[in-house]
Amino acid sequence: MASITFNSIHKTYGHGAKTNAVIHDLNAHINDGEFVVIVGPSGCGKSTLLRMVAGLEDITGGSIAIGNRVVNDLEPAERDIAMVFQNYALYPHMSVYDNMAYGLKIAKVPSLEIKARVHKAAEILELSHLLERKPRELSGGQRQRVAMGRAIVRQPKVFLFDEPLSNLDAKLRLQTRLEIQKLHRELGITSLFVTHDQIEAMTLAQRMVVMNNGRVEQVGTPHEVYERPATAFVAGFIGSPPMNLLRHAPGSPDGQILGIRPEHLEITSDGWSVTLETVELLGAEKLIHARLGSENLSLRQDASCHHPSPGQSFFVSPRTQSMHWFDAQTGQRIHRT
Amino acid sequence: MTTEKRVLFKSKWLPWLLVAPQLIVVGLFFFLPAGQALVESVLESDAFGAGSTFVGLDNFSRLFADETYIQSFSTTAFFSILVAGSGLSISLLLAVMADRIVRGALFYKTLLILPYAVAPAVVGVLWVFMFTPSMGVISHVLKGAGIDWNHLLNGQHAMALIVTAAVWKQISYNFLFFLAGLQSVPKSLIEAAAIDGAGPWLRFWSVQLPLITPTAFFLLVVNIVYAFFDTFAIIDATTSGGPGKDTSVMVYKVYQDGFKAMDLGGSAAQSVILMAIVVALTVIQFRYVERRVNY
Amino acid sequence: MIERRPFTTLLAHALVLMGVLVVAFPIALAWIAATQTPEQIAQSIPMSMVPGDNLWSSLEQALFGGQTRKGNTLPAVAPMLWVSLVSAIIISTGKIVISLLSAFAIVYFRFPFRNLIFWLIFITLMLPVEVRIVPTYAVVSSLGMLDSYAGLTIPLMASATATFLFRQYFLVVPDELVEAARIDGAGPMRFFFDILLPLSRTSIAALFVIQFIYGWNQYLWPLLVTTSEDMYPIVMGIRRLMAGGDAATEWNVVMATALLAMIPPALVVILMQKWFVKGLVDTEK
Repeated sequence: MASITFNSIHKTYGHGAKTNAVIHDLNAHINDGEFVVIVGPSGCGKSTLLRMVAGLEDITGGSIAIGNRVVNDLEPAERDIAMVFQNYALYPHMSVYDNMAYGLKIAKVPSLEIKARVHKAAEILELSHLLERKPRELSGGQRQRVAMGRAIVRQPKVFLFDEPLSNLDAKLRLQTRLEIQKLHRELGITSLFVTHDQIEAMTLAQRMVVMNNGRVEQVGTPHEVYERPATAFVAGFIGSPPMNLLRHAPGSPDGQILGIRPEHLEITSDGWSVTLETVELLGAEKLIHARLGSENLSLRQDASCHHPSPGQSFFVSPRTQSMHWFDAQTGQRIHRT
Repeated sequence: MTTEKRVLFKSKWLPWLLVAPQLIVVGLFFFLPAGQALVESVLESDAFGAGSTFVGLDNFSRLFADETYIQSFSTTAFFSILVAGSGLSISLLLAVMADRIVRGALFYKTLLILPYAVAPAVVGVLWVFMFTPSMGVISHVLKGAGIDWNHLLNGQHAMALIVTAAVWKQISYNFLFFLAGLQSVPKSLIEAAAIDGAGPWLRFWSVQLPLITPTAFFLLVVNIVYAFFDTFAIIDATTSGGPGKDTSVMVYKVYQDGFKAMDLGGSAAQSVILMAIVVALTVIQFRYVERRVNY
Repeated sequence: MIERRPFTTLLAHALVLMGVLVVAFPIALAWIAATQTPEQIAQSIPMSMVPGDNLWSSLEQALFGGQTRKGNTLPAVAPMLWVSLVSAIIISTGKIVISLLSAFAIVYFRFPFRNLIFWLIFITLMLPVEVRIVPTYAVVSSLGMLDSYAGLTIPLMASATATFLFRQYFLVVPDELVEAARIDGAGPMRFFFDILLPLSRTSIAALFVIQFIYGWNQYLWPLLVTTSEDMYPIVMGIRRLMAGGDAATEWNVVMATALLAMIPPALVVILMQKWFVKGLVDTEK
């Protein structure tokens, strides 16, 4: 187990006129034993960052340290890490047992020890009855578990997950998410988990790193990121349904964006005048989409409550203590008392 | 398909070690001789190997002035057109028919592949046996039909013999590719045409045929190259380039001039010309086929 | 085929059957001839289509040579079979090995001149041996490789078909497998042996068939490079059996030899048909 430190990380592709900077001056620290999720939209650099920790990508500038060791120049195998890939990356011609044992065999671990470790991991992941099968005989969920098993047996200092749930169907995703949480509770190994799905991030992370365009927008616990987003981007990205970000809310000063979550808006007898467009029934709740001047907003309501009909005008009011303000230019949070 | 992998190994010296065997073989047995052919083609050497003088393009101009060379050119051209033309049409017909058959398909396919396994030289022997003027089975039938078959004396008969033998050998190869091409036409296109009211022949002409033109073009080039170069054994086994020079294709002439007549300069010049032709054909094939295969 | 048109199906069957008959005829004829004695063959013109019972004798004469009733001395074909077998195997395995290594280097490493080297190897696709026979002969001769297995096989390994095929195949192998292997601690050669090779089994098999037949069927090159009879491959030797001209040739023995020459490659093709067809079509793409 070990901590991870990112120090002024730069990453560029290409050279000369075609240089493309993908990560800009990134700094972060991950504590020993933490489960940290790196989340952001496609192309924000999160996978690249993960692969730099793994040693699969070169570090253009800055340094990465695992524990006390700077690992910039170390081969992946020397960094004491294990990785779970989005596409499982299982060796198709080897059995499940051999897939899990491969890395240990190369490290010249005695075969009795290999057997013990593989069987232990198989037990934890409920794979014991599948050890002789080949990957093509397994379902997607089983393959992903084998991939995790392969990572566990190495007993690494750090686990790296590269969007491992993206290829699973919705139900399986939920199940595997819970399994990953269980694993972390049991093994307590420092984990870096990359995903573009903010729900995954919110449910799995002890702390999150929200990235956009190669920069870190915010680092914090799910609670912090949700309740006090540091930038307009984080505010709009985290939370489903997303936070309303309004430039022209009545009464708001110029050059400032008002952020208000759908659950913090109420239908009132007076306040902002909005026109109803559509209503989505989500089961226990409703999501009402309305038009405020030139902008759209959404608010949440209990399914049982009465709502106006499409085209009708009505009034909504925000909960004053839940209003967030951001600078329209920089996107940074504005602190107000 | 990308032409570069995302992940590469970093060793500096290992790749050199890995390509070394191939580079050595290719260097010694391909580039060195090819280079030497180029060099020899502009030299004229003393028959006793005592020395050679630079003669510029003399060897080449001598060739083009030589009637037998021009003749071998036209013989080769004639030969290849016949072989490629008949080979492709017959195989296409067989492939189209085979495509419609479900029962016994494996049986037919296995048998039709056999000529591929037979060595060209053996092919020559088999066909000579069938056509020997005195006692060949087929020459007998021809005699009965009033044709006095004798490929040892009649140049046209000789040409017919080698064309038939060469085409027989190539049927498998062409057939396999045509069949694969036909079977890769998406069923949905054919079904759509059927719904639009097209009967089987119309479907073939308007849907399948256009979609196999890349295959056909590719096979055309391959067959021409085959006719130019791989038929040496067949010719040597049947007519030895004769009677006279009637079936002496260019490759055969290179062999005769180089090994029998010891005209090294001339033979080298011929080799160079042949090389140029092949390179041109291959380049055409790659540029044309690569561009067309875009589905 | 969508409609039920029994006539067209019948026509199709008929045409394909005809094609098969035309294709099989020379081979069947050879077999019939091999089963007869020289007298039987000479007896009727043309040769009778009824198989005789002389097959084993013809085969025996072909394989072991010796004096014949007509007074010819025939060379033994058995050693030629051996030469063919050995050279075909050397050519196919040799070519596959060096191609696997170079394709691996070209795809999985970055090194200076890599592209140049790839193109150099690629050019060799274009020129068959027949085009450069004289100078290649000169090189082989000066290296003292005439009349040897080395001379028979190594120059034929110079073309790049196998390297090209393997390169195309390697490019399609998922990147993640290499990454997982690197994380597992596998170096390049380990990855090559443990993972890449097992995955390439079908390509290797298909190429083996193609190269074996290519090697077995060589005619011109052995003709040039061998002078001593005990280094003749069978495909070349068969030609010499016909040297005497029509009447003197013992056709039953020649046909028996032809059969012997055809059997091994035919066996290889039939047994490995699945891989072979797939590999042939994939090679040229």
